[in-house]
Formats: sequence, structure tokens, C-alpha cells
Amino acid sequence: MSADILALLVKATGQTLYMVVVAGLVGSLFGIPLGVFLATSGKGELFPAPSVNKVLGAIVNATRSTPFIILVVAIIPFTRLIAGTSIGTSAAIVPLTIATIPFVARLVETAIREVDPGLTEAARAMGASPIQIVFKVLLAEARPGIASALTLTIVSLIGYSAMVGAVGGGGLGDLGIRYGYQRFMPDVMATVVVVLIVLVQLVQSAGDRLARRFDKRVRPR
Amino acid sequence: MNMAIITNRVKNPLNMAANDEPQVHKSANPMVAFECVSKRFAAARSSAEVIALDSIDLVVPRGSVTGIIGRSGAGKSTLIRLVNGLEKPSSGRVLVDGVDVAGLDEKNLRSVRRSIGMIFQHFNLLSSRTAFDNIALPLEIAGVDRQSIEKRVAPLLDLVGLSDKRDRYPSELSGGQKQRIGIARALATEPKLLLSDEATSALDPETTRSILALLKQINKELDLTVLLITHEMEVVKTIADHVAVIDGGRIVEQGPTFDVFTGHAHETTRALLGGLAGMRLPEFLTSRMTEQPEPDSRTILRVIFKGENATEPMLARLGSDLGIEVNILAGAVDEIAGRPFGMLVVSLRADEAKIAEARQFLANHGLASEVVGYVR
Repeated sequence: MSADILALLVKATGQTLYMVVVAGLVGSLFGIPLGVFLATSGKGELFPAPSVNKVLGAIVNATRSTPFIILVVAIIPFTRLIAGTSIGTSAAIVPLTIATIPFVARLVETAIREVDPGLTEAARAMGASPIQIVFKVLLAEARPGIASALTLTIVSLIGYSAMVGAVGGGGLGDLGIRYGYQRFMPDVMATVVVVLIVLVQLVQSAGDRLARRFDKRVRPR
Repeated sequence: MNMAIITNRVKNPLNMAANDEPQVHKSANPMVAFECVSKRFAAARSSAEVIALDSIDLVVPRGSVTGIIGRSGAGKSTLIRLVNGLEKPSSGRVLVDGVDVAGLDEKNLRSVRRSIGMIFQHFNLLSSRTAFDNIALPLEIAGVDRQSIEKRVAPLLDLVGLSDKRDRYPSELSGGQKQRIGIARALATEPKLLLSDEATSALDPETTRSILALLKQINKELDLTVLLITHEMEVVKTIADHVAVIDGGRIVEQGPTFDVFTGHAHETTRALLGGLAGMRLPEFLTSRMTEQPEPDSRTILRVIFKGENATEPMLARLGSDLGIEVNILAGAVDEIAGRPFGMLVVSLRADEAKIAEARQFLANHGLASEVVGYVR
């Protein structure tokens, strides 16, 4: 493999990391609160707003069922509004973030729903406000689940980021398609795949370790 | 804490003069009072609604340990949740220290809840917090600063005997230890009332006893009113000085534990008492017992002695004074609310007039009796 290709590989890895990190952070920033709201706004729950809950749930479902590549194209005007352009790595972060928010929201919702309702009841009996219950009980107890959810999100983002080559986003997936596939350079393709596998492995094991550290439900060792 | 106990002791003698019937005085200013409380749940997809509680009138005397006993589904859980507003009554008033909890908005309800501790069957400790931090939770919620929390939690750990477990997570503790942490947590905000929701139902008998002893100790030392719900006779018998029997959403009986259990008037109470020593007749007897006397049959009598009345000499005197042959078939002595309570099942060979005479003789000496059947 030539030095040029190697430079391309380093650059592409950097682009992938950039997209994944920014989209992951911003997506979580919106997705976690949305997930908390989805988990607590049903009928008779902490912040009862069943109709808002239903509408948001429907939007989340719609976004999650739109194929990512179609989402990328469909929201080009919005991307232009946010990023000032619709092509390039930074612009690609917009659709990635939009796809991440509902993904994170659903996973966080599940993690929070798994918290024993008895704990919410105990906190209510102590005189906790709904906000205090969210921060002191739900988010605290759901930490292992949320850590796993975010790990899964980042792994999925690494996969999604391969598709944003369609709008000039660059990254490892784009490199693999353009050089490995379209220019018949199987060594480039193989290298890209190996780098992706290593990335995913690193993220997954770091996430697992974090989830285990948060999880005090089982006796350590 | 000591001050409170001292003031109470000073106050009491003053009240004594106008207070030869302490029950009446206590009821005048109870810790909790249910006034005609009903709770209905709208049944989903059906017009029939579920009546969980039906016109409950109930008083929890200040400083008492009051037990509410009933089978599962009797409405106990709903009842106890009305006290701290976790459930709202459909009608009626729930007064806690004179305040109608049902009429409070969320904000005021939260401040009332801080004066009511609660412990649970499954402990409901946060798995992500250590023993110390679990006890600290209600204080954090009340906005107490870190230093004061430290000062408050350490003695509580000491009180429940778990100072060495302060940095342990719930998963590293036994059931009894978890409940002790639960109790310490419930006491953190120095409540005036402690609610216990089947707190010992998930524990083994020995641990149950130690938890009950702790609750009794807290009741006495901190002068804390305890309201507990349970389906276990043993719990009420051991620590409750007042009891209410609930069945089908209604209070069928309430009063001082000893009186209710030894009076055993209501059939639900009787059923719950089934486990109590001597209440259930032995099989060899029930299999050949008849309801009506037959010629030459013996009368089976259950003699109940409460408190300090001794039975043996009285039964002996039935023979010596009245000339009736007494045969003891079964019997047991138990303790309810700290007082001895016993039953003897005896058979008497005598005619009806003589039996009536014998029962009168027993009654004159403070022993209740009932004819349970006849055996040939």
C-alpha cells in the first residue's frame, strides 16, 4: 500500500471519528432527555402528557423507519440551514445526529423503564419532586443501561457514517467504496474493514467496562 | 430526641387526672384518622369499577404500633398508600396529625411526606447507592447540606446496627440488613409516623423477629407512631398494640390487639387466627364431633383464659366443687401484645344443666368458654 493511500486512510479514520463523536454527543444531548420524557410521560406517570408522548413516539418511529440514506437526502435543506452547506464532513454530521436522537431516545426509554417502579414509589414517599426522581433515581439507577445504550449508538453511528460518502462526507466507509470497490483495490477495502472492526471492538469493550462499573446490582467478582 | 421523651413524660401525669380511660383521650387527637374513606378504581374496558376500600373509619392512636391485617387483595396496600398520598381517596378524609392529606396539592403533599417514613416489602433501596448514600437520599431530597447529612446518617447506621456496612451496596447485604437500611432511611428525616408495607413478608422468621424488635424499639425510644400492614398474624401479635382487621375493602374489627384477638368475634379475624395456638381443633376431635348432643355424649368446651387468670385450679375445682369429670384434650398458651393468652379444649361428661352450671362457674372466675360440639 502506498504512502498516499496510507495518508488517505489516516484522514478517513479522522473523519469517521469526528463525525461519530460529534453526532454521538449532540445526538445524546437531545436523545437522552427525549428518552427520559418518553419513559415518564405516559398516563399516570411522573410527567403525564399522554398525547405529547404519543406524538413524539410517532415521530421517533417515523425517523427510525426511514432508511438512513434516504434521510440524508431528504433533509438536505435542513442540513444547509444548520451547517451552511449540504456537502462535506461537517454537513454529514447533521443527518447523522438526526438519526441518532430517536435511536438514543428509544434505548434510554427502555433502560429507564427497567428501573424498579418500587424505587420511584419510595422516592415519592420521601417527598421527592418529579425532577428529583429523574435525576436521583431514574438516571442513577439506569446508568448501566444507558452506558450500554450509548455504546450501541456509537457502534451504529460508525456503520451509518459509511453512508454519508453520498453527500461528500468522507470517512472510512467512503474510502472503502471509492478506492476498495470502484477502483478495485481489495487491499484498501480489507484495511478499511479491519480498521472499522478494531474501532467497533474498542468502543464495545470500553462501553461494557463502563456499564459493569456502574452496575452495582450484582455482587462484585 | 431525649428532650422529646422527657417532655412526654412530664406531660403525661398532667393528663392522667382527666384521663382514666386513655383510649378516649388518644382517639381525640390521633396520629392518623380515616373518615369514611372509599377508594374505587375504574376498571379498564368494562363498566364495573373495583371498590378497593369501602367507607373506612380507622384511627391510629398517637405513639401506638397499629397493625392492619388482612388477606392479600383485602385493600391493605391501598389503605396505607392513602396516608402519604401515594393514592388519593375517591371520597372521605385522611387526616395525618390533623391535616387532610387528600386535600393537599403536590407541593404541600411533598412536605407532609417528609414527615412520614415508609418501609417496603422489597426494601426499595437504590442499587446504585451505598448503604450510607441510600440513607442520605431523603435528606438530599429535602435539600440538607452534606455536613448535616453526615452527622445524621452515622447515628442512624449505628441505631440499626450496620455501621460497618456503610460503604456496602445493597447487593452485598442480606435481606434483614437491607430492611435495616430501609428503616434507617425512613427515619432520616425524623418523621412522626412510620408506615410499614409488609416490611417483614420477604424475610425468614428469625430475621422477621429481629426487624420487629427493632421497630418496637424505635416506637418506644423515638416515640414514633408506627402503622403497619401485614398478612402475618405473627407480626401483629408480636408488636401491634392496636389492630384493625380488613376484609373485602372494609374494616371488620378494630381495637386493642389483645381484645380483638381474644374476643375473636368476626369470622375473618377467626380465620386469620387459625394459626394461633389452640384455635384450630385437632383432627381426632373434629372427625367424630357432632353439632347436636346425643344420648350419652360428652360436651366439648373451649375454655379461654386471658392475661393472668389461671385455668388449672378452676378446672380442678369443676371436679371437686361441682362433681364434673374434666378431660383435657388440647391446649396451648400464646402471647399477644405481651400478654399471655391461652385456650384449653376439654370434654365434660355431664347433662346440659350441669354444663350450664360449669360455664357459669368459669365465667364467675373470669374464664370465657364456648361449646364447640359433642363427642360420643
